[in-house]
Amino acid sequence: MANVSLDGKALARIKIAAFCLALLPLGKLGFNACLDNLGANPIEKITHVTGFWTLTLLMVTLAATPLRRLSGWSWPIRLRRMLGLFAFGYGSLHLLAYLVLDQFFDWEAIVQDIAKRPYITVGFPAFLLMVPLAVTSTDKMLRRLGGKNWLRLHSLVYPCAIGGVVHYWWLVKKDLSNPLAFASVLAILLGVRVAYRLGGPLFRRPKPARST
Amino acid sequence: MKNYHYPKIPAAEITPKHLFQARRKFMQTAGGAALAALLPQPLWAAGGFGEIKKSEFSTSEALTPLQSVTGYNNFYEFGTGKDDPAARAGNLKTRPWSVRIEGEVKKPITLDIDQILKIAPLEERIYRLRCVEAWSMVVPWLGFPLAELIKCAEPTGKAKYVEFVSLHDPQQMPGQKSAVLDWPYREGLRLDEAMHPLTLLTVGLYGEVLPPQNGAPLRIVVPWKYGFKSAKSIVAIRFLEQQPTTSWMQAGPSEYGFYANVNPEVDHPRWSQAKERRIGEFLKRKTLMFNGYAEQVAPLYAGMDLARYF
Ligand code: HEM
Repeated sequence: MANVSLDGKALARIKIAAFCLALLPLGKLGFNACLDNLGANPIEKITHVTGFWTLTLLMVTLAATPLRRLSGWSWPIRLRRMLGLFAFGYGSLHLLAYLVLDQFFDWEAIVQDIAKRPYITVGFPAFLLMVPLAVTSTDKMLRRLGGKNWLRLHSLVYPCAIGGVVHYWWLVKKDLSNPLAFASVLAILLGVRVAYRLGGPLFRRPKPARST
Repeated sequence: MKNYHYPKIPAAEITPKHLFQARRKFMQTAGGAALAALLPQPLWAAGGFGEIKKSEFSTSEALTPLQSVTGYNNFYEFGTGKDDPAARAGNLKTRPWSVRIEGEVKKPITLDIDQILKIAPLEERIYRLRCVEAWSMVVPWLGFPLAELIKCAEPTGKAKYVEFVSLHDPQQMPGQKSAVLDWPYREGLRLDEAMHPLTLLTVGLYGEVLPPQNGAPLRIVVPWKYGFKSAKSIVAIRFLEQQPTTSWMQAGPSEYGFYANVNPEVDHPRWSQAKERRIGEFLKRKTLMFNGYAEQVAPLYAGMDLARYF
């Protein structure tokens, strides 16, 4: 934390930039909401924007490890926790938008949706999987769990991301282009991991010694 | 099923300000001005459609603002986003426009839009519009009963169904460059549904010529069915002996049936149809059987299992 080396400063800058970028969609949404600029169906807009960024930030988070491995840079890993928490934040807003704005606490309809609408049947557990990850995201929790357990717990991010993509795939009426794009990105991100496991050294680059 | 009454609406309640403003807004756009120059006399007389009959079939519910009616559309010919049609339909050339009347008719014929406009006097019909995606609007359409045109077309005794074919021109309809649906868009009705007095052959909304994103220059409006049944930018009306396969049936046979009657009891596999969000409102409202037109149309389906024929 108190690293005053140049790398530390650069990292801090990257972090601030990433923080602002991740906050931007929410800012834009809030801004347009204030201006009554969300179109004819604002509730749908809010649900879609928050859902979209939940999934996008999950993908970005999942890109950190492959990016580090392929490039040798260490900063992607340093952003991972923050971006993962942003994904959780957008996910929570997404769920809130659904519960409050869309359904307005119509619990009967909500339970029916979870039981009967396949896209919500997978979306709901996908969100629930994010909760323990967010709760155990602190250094303290990492220490308490121990690295190995923590890693095992956090591999829940994979079913979560897969669930998110399936959720998107199942909710579109006909135009699969967006879910397909997310599915492709996820396939690459997971594929790289598999390839890395199988091909080991082939994918491994010498780690630069300068890592912060 | 007593959820529909024939409200007698005083003329003063409908026409005045919003129509005037809608008209003005339309004229302000370059497209509107250009269109105005092209429009034939009878259509453009009095700066709009001239004398327009009010209809007893109109609802007295609050109208959905013009901006929403023309800015939030499902019209995949222009893209799958709700704002794509408003953004991309501006160049649709709606004149000259002709419609082929074909299939099981005494004499197949191609009618120009201006000939069609002369078939019957226009009336304003304020209808509820219920989308299969569980949102709804209230729209003041302009048109006349499709039955009037069908009578002119003189279908043969074999005709049992009517198929509507929309324009297929990827040059003008950029959404058709992608194969989201099997183009051209095809929809269909049973002949008795098509002849029903509520089925409106539509050429305008809010007192004006239909904007391209709403299916200009000619569409149908079938208010007791989900919105996708109401074919837009129609170039052919085909009379058939057999039930046609519509574009949506082809795209998802388990999700979209031929009938597609609004029915709160039969859910779409992806979402419940019990409620709907009226555009502009916060709380959802209950969806009515046949979109509130049960009194008029329920007899069409007497004895039918509506869960099976969805
Ligand atoms: C907590 C349970 C969840 C519920 C109840 C829920 C509900 C919804 C609803 C109602 C929609 C709009 C569907 C429509 O317009 O037809 C939606 C869209 C979406 N949701 Fe969820 N969702 C949940 C969890 C998630 C999770 C965990 C993710 C990501 C990992 C996610 C990603 C998305 C995406 C990407 C969209 C589409 C956005 C777009 O169209 O651009 N959702 N969700």
